[in-house]
Amino acid sequence: MQSTSKNFKANSTKALADPNLQQALGKMKVGFVEKRAKARAALPEFDALRDQARDIKNHTLANIDYYLETYEAAVQKSGGVVHWARDAAEARQVVLDICAEEKAKSVTKGKSMVSEEIALNAALEAAGYEVVETDLGEYIIQIRGEAPSHIIAPAVHVLKEQVADDFRKKHLHLDPKRSLMERKELISEARGVLRQKYLDSDVGITGANFLIAETGTSVIVTNEGNGDLTQTLPRVHIVIASMEKIVPTLDDASAILRVLARSATGQEFSAYTTFSTGPKKAADPDGPEAYHVILLDNGRTEMLGTEFEDMLRCIRCGACMNHCPVYGSVGGHAYGWVYPGPMGAVLTPSFIGVAEGGHLPNASTFCGRCQDVCPMRIPLPKMMRAYRRKEFEAGLAPPAARFGLDIWGFVAKRPSLYRLATRMAIGLMGWRGRKEGRFKSLPLASGWTDHRDMAAPAGKTFQDMWDKRQGARSAKDLEREAAR
Amino acid sequence: MSSSSRDEILGKIRKARGRSGPIEGFERDRLDARLKSRPRGIIPQKARNTGAALVQDFISRAQGVEATVQDISALSEVPDAVATYLADHNLPAAVKMAPHADLAQIDWTQRPTLTVSEGRSFGQDKVSLTRAFAGIAETGTLMLLAGPEAPTTLNFLPEHHIVVLKRSEIVGAYEDAWDKLRDQVGPDGILSRVVNMITGPSRTGDIEQTIELGAHGPLGLHILVLAD
Ligand code: SF4
Repeated sequence: MQSTSKNFKANSTKALADPNLQQALGKMKVGFVEKRAKARAALPEFDALRDQARDIKNHTLANIDYYLETYEAAVQKSGGVVHWARDAAEARQVVLDICAEEKAKSVTKGKSMVSEEIALNAALEAAGYEVVETDLGEYIIQIRGEAPSHIIAPAVHVLKEQVADDFRKKHLHLDPKRSLMERKELISEARGVLRQKYLDSDVGITGANFLIAETGTSVIVTNEGNGDLTQTLPRVHIVIASMEKIVPTLDDASAILRVLARSATGQEFSAYTTFSTGPKKAADPDGPEAYHVILLDNGRTEMLGTEFEDMLRCIRCGACMNHCPVYGSVGGHAYGWVYPGPMGAVLTPSFIGVAEGGHLPNASTFCGRCQDVCPMRIPLPKMMRAYRRKEFEAGLAPPAARFGLDIWGFVAKRPSLYRLATRMAIGLMGWRGRKEGRFKSLPLASGWTDHRDMAAPAGKTFQDMWDKRQGARSAKDLEREAAR
Repeated sequence: MSSSSRDEILGKIRKARGRSGPIEGFERDRLDARLKSRPRGIIPQKARNTGAALVQDFISRAQGVEATVQDISALSEVPDAVATYLADHNLPAAVKMAPHADLAQIDWTQRPTLTVSEGRSFGQDKVSLTRAFAGIAETGTLMLLAGPEAPTTLNFLPEHHIVVLKRSEIVGAYEDAWDKLRDQVGPDGILSRVVNMITGPSRTGDIEQTIELGAHGPLGLHILVLAD
């Protein structure tokens, strides 16, 4: 997928002016946040389970070569094949080779963010395969020719009425006069159309929420059951998973599962948690003849041992974006690549470089809610700050920001000049804004004042007020205080 | 391509970890031991009931995710339970049944109008009848294993899924179900091709974040809890 992350500012201006998107985002905000809060309240051990989940992943990452090799051996023992892919191009090639070898014609897919990351659909279509997304949200955006705007709710930006329009345009074999007013009608139509696709397809591709070293097992977590049909009905099952999905044991996976659904949708457990190990055995009545796993690196090994390693604990629950005021205002597409929200602001520059994605960490108010809700206790704001620094050091920050910061830096290093400058500015602002108590616009701060007002300051600087209240500024002041 | 990619990826990991090769010696023994001993973490209080309270937890939590649950006291009650379920849901009198030894004992002659066939599904069956491996009280979750006696297609293709679960098969936490399973797979450790944890019927929130049942999998999940 071509990234437009550099245009975050323009993208978000467009998003803020899109009434359909704003209406859809309004519906999302209440749902996910309330449901997570309820699920958390219903499980007293929740925060302790988060600490434990963090520790399990840290242990795994510290020994990840051992666990990947153990996993590989277990997959092979069960009759499956493991492919290692350094980057997106290699991963796509593995899929294309398998499809060619199997003389496949059509491919069905369960939801997989990694497949978005490697732009798999475009490659498969270019090679002449029919590709059908089967997760309802993914199916909707595939018809619309869009990218997902949320990692667990890919069509969160689309209204029901828009889905009805899209289905009418796409499903031309159905009665044009049929009713598509209700959600139930839309869902049953998609169920009917997709049912045949599973049965006809040769290759089913899914992602993985976990890979289990102990048993060579891949795990998918879904609510619809589409992932299960995708991996049960076609002759070949391909799992595409990034390498950090590995955990040691079934028990470790279960421990992390306890915080996954609760953080994601507020469910205690998703409807289907499916553990797959190898292809169909001789006596099994159904299942795929072949089972392949692609282990993708694509920038992850570069994060190991750096300040961004913590990000590899991410279990893609989406809680950080559900609770993010910036995501809630502009939606996922403004972020311009595959992963949106706070996790995307860290992953995008990690995977496609600071030059392309380094601007996203600026899309944060640093309110810290993402870190507060992250089930894996990932310090997202700290990492966003680190990327801001990198962007600045690389000379990639916009010129106005650099110029302003340079002046500020010069003045801030000289205390008397700083005091003088701030006193003048505050005095001026206090005088200008005192009438209304707020500014509707400020020079150099339109990024703030275009969407909200800035409160007018009281007319004194913080240092002045501090001096007045506490008195103590220097040793001499302290002596004077003591003598009093 | 694959083997050089493999070496390069493992090499990068080791470099980041300050090692020149695989983990060896004492450290490796420690990791091997952890894999074998499978340390359990925190088991939530809600997963720790026993006896009748445990069964009640399973039932009420399964109902909480829109499954329906019915107690039966013998396998011979299955035909009546199935027939009533079909009638209540306006379904045709036909069931696709898993070729499971327990289910094969059921005498269907008392319900001659019901067509019962065995095997996997190809998408034509409205209703399936299968046998669970375990029930997990923690979240009202069923565990089903794929195998010669249990086609996976029966869990997902039909519109309604009826499952027979014995009371004695209900455990507290997910970890308890894994232990029960490990006892069965034996020392080679290869699991059934698929282990399905099923918690209520299929659902989606993909249109405007409002949950609707019956997305791709079953619209109805009916659990027959058999006293034993
Ligand atoms: S960063 Fe944390 S909250 Fe965000 S998706 Fe990943 S695990 Fe979830």
